[in-house]
Amino acid sequence: MSEGKAKPVLEINGLTVRLPEGADREFAIEDVTLSVSEGEIVCIVGESGSGKSVTAFTVMGLIPKKDLTPVAGEVLLQGEDLLKKTDRQMRAMRGENMAMVFQEPMTALNPVMRVGDQIAELLEIHTNMSGTARKKRVIDAMKDVSLPDPNKMYLSYPHQLSGGQRQRIMIAMALALEPRLLIADEPTTALDVTTQAEVLELIKDIQRRHGMGVMFITHDFGVVADIADRVVVMQNGKIVEQGTRDEIIAAPKHPYTKMLIGSVPSLTPPAHSHPETDDAALKTHGLNMVYGRHGFLQKGRLVHAAQDVELVVRRGETLGVVGESGSGKSTVARCIVRLIDPTSGDIDIEGVNIATMPERELRAFRQQIQIVFQDPYRSLNPRRTVGQSIVEGPMNYGLGADEARVRAEELMRVVGLAPEALDRFPHQFSGGQRQRVCIARALAMEPKVLIADEAVSALDVSVQAQVLRLLRDVRERYDLAMLFITHDLRVAAQICDRIMVMQHGVVVEEGRTEEVYANPQHPYTQSLLAAAPGRDVDFAQLV
Amino acid sequence: MYFYILKRILSTIPVMIIVALFVFLMLRLAPGDPAAVIAGDYATAEDVERIREQLGLNEPIPVQMYKWVAQLASGDLGTAIFSKLPVTTLIGQRLEPTLLLALSTITFTVLVAVPLGTLAAYKAGSWVDRFVMLFSVAGFSVPVFVLGYVLIYLLSMQLKILPVQGYKSPFEHGFIEFFRHIILPTLTLSVIYIALIARMTRASVQEVLQEDYVRTARAKGQSEFKILLRHALRNAAVPIVTVIGLGIALMIGGVVVTESVFNIPGLGRLVLDAVLARDYPVIQGLILFFSFVYILINLLIDLSYTLFDPRIRY
Repeated sequence: MSEGKAKPVLEINGLTVRLPEGADREFAIEDVTLSVSEGEIVCIVGESGSGKSVTAFTVMGLIPKKDLTPVAGEVLLQGEDLLKKTDRQMRAMRGENMAMVFQEPMTALNPVMRVGDQIAELLEIHTNMSGTARKKRVIDAMKDVSLPDPNKMYLSYPHQLSGGQRQRIMIAMALALEPRLLIADEPTTALDVTTQAEVLELIKDIQRRHGMGVMFITHDFGVVADIADRVVVMQNGKIVEQGTRDEIIAAPKHPYTKMLIGSVPSLTPPAHSHPETDDAALKTHGLNMVYGRHGFLQKGRLVHAAQDVELVVRRGETLGVVGESGSGKSTVARCIVRLIDPTSGDIDIEGVNIATMPERELRAFRQQIQIVFQDPYRSLNPRRTVGQSIVEGPMNYGLGADEARVRAEELMRVVGLAPEALDRFPHQFSGGQRQRVCIARALAMEPKVLIADEAVSALDVSVQAQVLRLLRDVRERYDLAMLFITHDLRVAAQICDRIMVMQHGVVVEEGRTEEVYANPQHPYTQSLLAAAPGRDVDFAQLV
Repeated sequence: MYFYILKRILSTIPVMIIVALFVFLMLRLAPGDPAAVIAGDYATAEDVERIREQLGLNEPIPVQMYKWVAQLASGDLGTAIFSKLPVTTLIGQRLEPTLLLALSTITFTVLVAVPLGTLAAYKAGSWVDRFVMLFSVAGFSVPVFVLGYVLIYLLSMQLKILPVQGYKSPFEHGFIEFFRHIILPTLTLSVIYIALIARMTRASVQEVLQEDYVRTARAKGQSEFKILLRHALRNAAVPIVTVIGLGIALMIGGVVVTESVFNIPGLGRLVLDAVLARDYPVIQGLILFFSFVYILINLLIDLSYTLFDPRIRY
């Protein structure tokens, strides 16, 4: 696809949207100029707060008018300025001339309405079709996005479908009236990597067949490499660079773009050292976790979340547990820290089996295994200063308030924050800083084993790289055994010495990272690696 | 689902047994001699003895308990001391006015409170919202009997458009007479529930309006009215229905006062009369009856969740 020749569907000229007073900056987006032509996929890339979503929602007319006010510029959809339209005119255009697919298909669909009816609602709003004609059209739209057995699926509720199927429903809904512009706001971010690959392929395929313009919002350069015709890079509400996919990826000019691309972790693992000690800090044997219960007079539904998991993590080593949602990787982590009690099996911490240890005795061992969770926004108590959160653990184990404070100050330096910041509250920190605080909190307990459960998954890519570096540093500094749980193969490649791949609660493959990546044995590992977005491009090599 | 209903119905049996035992012990363990209390201050020793025998109080407690349970198991709630009528008959006679008052109150409440709460949620922060919330606070604060008399004074005595009090059965006097008489009691009893349910609806709908699927509906070009009706209300239904159910259960107290104010011969009046006359068998029977109704309403509420939310399955 080349720009310029095809007719532009969407032209945004000098668009500026004002933030409410008291926000951290005056404009959400400033002087944004871009265009999307027919048959073209334009990716808008940026980190959180870059204004990429505000741009999309302004086009759709879905921004809260009280808080966000467009103050300058124009948004031309097929030549008509959307900013000059009345609410009623905008309603008539939404769904018909432009449609949107959202990030999280579970919450974007009404949970109490059949998915077929949700697609049909669009036809009811914009057409005079009869009930039967609508139903036929919905079935066709569902076929178009390759949903199996559309007649049956028409009657399903969202919770009965898989994540990928739900997103296909959203796409079918968006395309039912063949809009000329499709806006996709991180449509694959919430999906598993293999599902993501399928949905990306579907969007490309549909765009090719229907010839519409697609504005695709993402933070992931892997996705950009796979799908974009042109790329627009945004930072702090402004466009810093735009160009064709190859121009941006192969020869980024702006330092921010360079930094973003350089931060994408490589899928090729660096050479990891493998200490040949047998100094196992953490070991599990035949670990099983079965959810569900046998009800009284009722047949219970049992889910084997983890089956016979065997793992060993030595001191100073990082073991990665990789898998998609429902693979059981988080269950294993939670069992090991005894947040949940395993159904059977052994968990040895420094040679002591804690799998069935009663809570009273277990207390002494809790100190030795600490965990850092995915979402730093929710894992710190918002009403306590970060200092209070950090010293709470050691003080529970008998450390005096003054010593605990000294330790907290030292740890703040270790994680790269100022010790003075101990008296601040979590909301005064950014996401990456909060995750540093969470790491400091875990380290304050002087653990032997550190578990990172998707600890960098919620972070922007530039911050992600820094936090990964920090995790590697503290592992070396304190000779920790680290269990690193992730769905992200790029991240795993960079930080893990050894890799364990899980599927449906079972470990399907295990080995040294570089060997697993170079020569995956199990078909599931192969499909995971094949699905990683942008696998053909080595981003770090480019800049 | 059917298994669940059966299980729930069966589980009412132990609950009812516990309530029955509690009622039984309440009478026996209360300080003083119930027979003497019933007989009153001027009764002779023979009177007291006669009442004691009539109530079976001269027998050992385990025997009394056995008889009471056996009697209940055969569906007999005992005989009233003063009217000498079986308690089941008394309840049967008084059921209709109370049932119809409760039904009209619930219908009126839901028809007013749900739209009001939804509107307040949609216009959160506007004067409409503030007015609804003000009404809510006021509705909570006004006692039922005060409101009843104020309404009688305004609508019956000053404007003379509605009867002062009394009850006319729709089966004997026709629907119009029934309706004229039921308006004031319904209004009086409804206000507090309208206040409660409007608030709950507002909170629930306001939360749902933040959901992603409401944004999806907007992205489809759906009108705000239909978004409220189709997407917001049904998702907000579960907490609202729960509060409506609780409201029905709490209504028993309001019914006692309302029926007294408007002189309606219903169960509320029966409660009041029985308590004033210390007619223990009637009190016992009514407590059991109301507990049963309460359990039944809870079951219906739980089952109604499945109508609103397909994710809830029993």
